[in-house]
Amino acid sequence: MKTVTLKINGLEVSAREGASVLDAARAAGFDIPTLCSHEELEPAGVCRFCMVEITRGTKSRLVASCVYPVENGLEVQTESDRVKKIRRMLIELLLPVAPSGPIGALAKRYGVEKSRFELDNPGQAPANCSLCGLCVRYCEQIGGGDAVGFLGRGVSRKVALMPDKGDECVFCRKCYSICNSGRFVEMAEVFPDQP
Amino acid sequence: MKKLKSVVELKQFREELLAERKGIKKSIAVCEGTGCHAYKSSAVADAFEKELKQRGLDAGIAVRRTGCHGFCERGPMAKIFPQKIFYFQVKPEDVAEIVESTLLSDKLVERLLFFDEKTGKRCACQDEIPFYKLQDQVVFGNNFLISPKHIEDYMAAGGYSALARALSTMTPLDVLEEVKKSGLRGRGGGGFPAGLKWDTTRNAPGEPKYVIVNADEGDPGAYMDRSLLEGNPHSVLEGLMLGAYAVGSNQGFIYVRQEYSIAIENLPIAIEQAKQLGLLGENILGTGFSFDVTIHQGAGAFVSGESSALMSAIEGRVGEPRPKYIRTAVRGLWDKPSNLNNVETWANVPLIINNGSDWFRSLGTQGSKGTKIFSLVGKVKCTGLVEVPMGVTLRQIVYDIGGGIRNDRKFKAVQTGGPSGGCIPEQYLDLPVDFDELSKVGSMMGSGGLIVMDEDTCMVDVAKYFTNFLAQESCGKCVPCREGLRQMKRILQNITRGKGAEADLNTLEELGAFMKEASLCALGQTAANPVLSTLRYFRNEYEAHVLHGQCPARVCRDLIVFYIDPLKCTACGTCRKQCPTDAISGDKKLVHIIDQEKCIKCGTCFQVCPARFSAVSRLPGGPAPAPVAYGTTVVQKAKGESR
Ligand SMILES: Cc1cc2nc3c(=O)[nH]c(=O)nc-3n(C[C@H](O)[C@H](O)[C@H](O)COP(=O)(O)O)c2cc1C
Repeated sequence: MKTVTLKINGLEVSAREGASVLDAARAAGFDIPTLCSHEELEPAGVCRFCMVEITRGTKSRLVASCVYPVENGLEVQTESDRVKKIRRMLIELLLPVAPSGPIGALAKRYGVEKSRFELDNPGQAPANCSLCGLCVRYCEQIGGGDAVGFLGRGVSRKVALMPDKGDECVFCRKCYSICNSGRFVEMAEVFPDQP
Repeated sequence: MKKLKSVVELKQFREELLAERKGIKKSIAVCEGTGCHAYKSSAVADAFEKELKQRGLDAGIAVRRTGCHGFCERGPMAKIFPQKIFYFQVKPEDVAEIVESTLLSDKLVERLLFFDEKTGKRCACQDEIPFYKLQDQVVFGNNFLISPKHIEDYMAAGGYSALARALSTMTPLDVLEEVKKSGLRGRGGGGFPAGLKWDTTRNAPGEPKYVIVNADEGDPGAYMDRSLLEGNPHSVLEGLMLGAYAVGSNQGFIYVRQEYSIAIENLPIAIEQAKQLGLLGENILGTGFSFDVTIHQGAGAFVSGESSALMSAIEGRVGEPRPKYIRTAVRGLWDKPSNLNNVETWANVPLIINNGSDWFRSLGTQGSKGTKIFSLVGKVKCTGLVEVPMGVTLRQIVYDIGGGIRNDRKFKAVQTGGPSGGCIPEQYLDLPVDFDELSKVGSMMGSGGLIVMDEDTCMVDVAKYFTNFLAQESCGKCVPCREGLRQMKRILQNITRGKGAEADLNTLEELGAFMKEASLCALGQTAANPVLSTLRYFRNEYEAHVLHGQCPARVCRDLIVFYIDPLKCTACGTCRKQCPTDAISGDKKLVHIIDQEKCIKCGTCFQVCPARFSAVSRLPGGPAPAPVAYGTTVVQKAKGESR
């Protein structure tokens, strides 16, 4: 096995070639927050909480560490000001949408007291879903079906039990337990026929 | 058609074609591009064929049903060769006269010629028409000469000579070097050097390699790729084959949106005819090079035009961008090296191989070589597709080619680059248009959309329009793009409704910078451009909305106010009778008054008030001037006195 040596928050770390920066950082004990990453699933790179600042030579930029492979000589900052700024904005944006899940704890960690943002309509109930896609990806990659999927695109994107794919459900119920915000328990009330 | 087995046979075939056509002294090119097609240009072409046949002239005068000629608003168009006389808005009824006058006795049909407002004269030939005069149609020009359903037309115009030349006299590396030297940059958005991308694919490990045409063209109002693909499909195919030869690929894909019905009709015909001639398939022209191409119809999502999304779609998966940091040129379709270029980029390649990179480099600016096709739309007098050398100024495009602003309004801005482009204000009208200059002023070339806006355009409203488009067309998978756009959309909505606050402007800027840095793909990374560029150049308009509750362009309905000037009102009653909500009260000889509570700002009163009175005004906002008391009589006008 080939290994790669990089520097994370000043600490020299070696990692398996092909590993993600996220995995390397976590193995070295750095706590990078994520919503959409799961050890059993392919990385999706959608929640952007895992963004870190990388420097090569004099150039630095932000990348999603879950899909960025380790490189020799790479310097990584997991909690730089730039990184924190991104995470705070992510929190502010998700607070009105998915207040029940892990966002509350993240807000505390990053000192976000309140969000400047609101839902489209006053009085609208939050969907309590950050669209992290864990349920969808589990169903697709491990559950073996497409019973849970995304409907719509853009700001209308939703997670739904696909009406015409019900027979692909193998009732593993993983979508309930994998959910960050307990939303699937609520959906079970909407679809009482689901065992 | 018989298979051509060598480059020599191809040359012979072309010579035979030209010899056959020697007898044809004149021809009529009738545009059957999408615009003219909608104006029923096929009936015009039918009429020409019938008329010539009846008169027994069909052997010497050819009728060609071609692709788009660019000046779509004046369709149906017919161009007469060899004089290059251009007739506009031709109807089947005009055909007999055109044949009689122009084709038989060299006389013009004046009323069908372009009328130049500036000189007060009619223009007969293409080179006299201001819309065409400044153009340099090196890529688009062949549309006039070619019926896309007949490969012979393309061959007669020199088609496939670049391929023949490359396959017989150049190595793949020679082709690559020539394209690299030409400085050709991608016409689909980013302006990435084509040669560099080809090189990446060529050197990337993995077999097979793929070459792909991006014909997704999702920008609202843009149709240059559509017109090229419909009108000259072989030029794109030939370019694609040259690229395939250079990078070492034997399989190509054309990703074209389903809505492009004429392209979808013409492409398979072109591919079939090329196959019959042995220009596609195994052992092309006996050179050992084999190539095949497959058409993939896209479902029409804007985001599917992004390279990794497009490749996912071809693979049969949802057309969404993938998050990896590895370029599709290295690992694309089915994880194989895949070189994707835009329709127009590919169409430039045969020209470069035929005329050489030096020729190509002689067109354009230091950093952007060649020409670019723009879709010129909005408030200009002449709209359509225009092809100009890079470096022509915005002013030349708007005023010389476009003829200036409609209805003598004032220019305000030109929006370039598609939905995630930016708005450029008057102070940059003399900007030479190329990839780098447009980026410098906060906009971009994009795929070549140019929307001209006049003083009656509200820039906040423009930003809202594009933001709403992107909010719907984003795939919605990553948080910064989806939630960022959701909030931008909401804030802009509030501002245009008079519910904005000054702090919103900073929030918009902060969101914009964040989306640029944090979004997963280029859609999200550029999605804030409409907002950022309008904030940069038209902040005063935003401020008028949030600080004073006014829309200076008098567009935002929730802000503007209609008011009847008591000194001008003659109590004619027209506005009162037509007001849909009965918001106007008044009577004979009584000054009319608008009840602002009831007014829905439809503007009917403003439109119907007779111009000689012009008593109704549309104010940018703020409280309306206090109305006069009901019962005030109108000011009597003495005979002959003007108001
Ligand atoms: C959201 C989005 C939509 C795009 N749509 C198109 C398109 O419709 N046509 C196109 O040629 N390129 C489009 N692009 C650019 C492509 O990703 C890619 O850069 C281009 O096709 C490469 O070809 P070129 O180098 O010849 O320009 C789009 C990019 C993004 C981010």
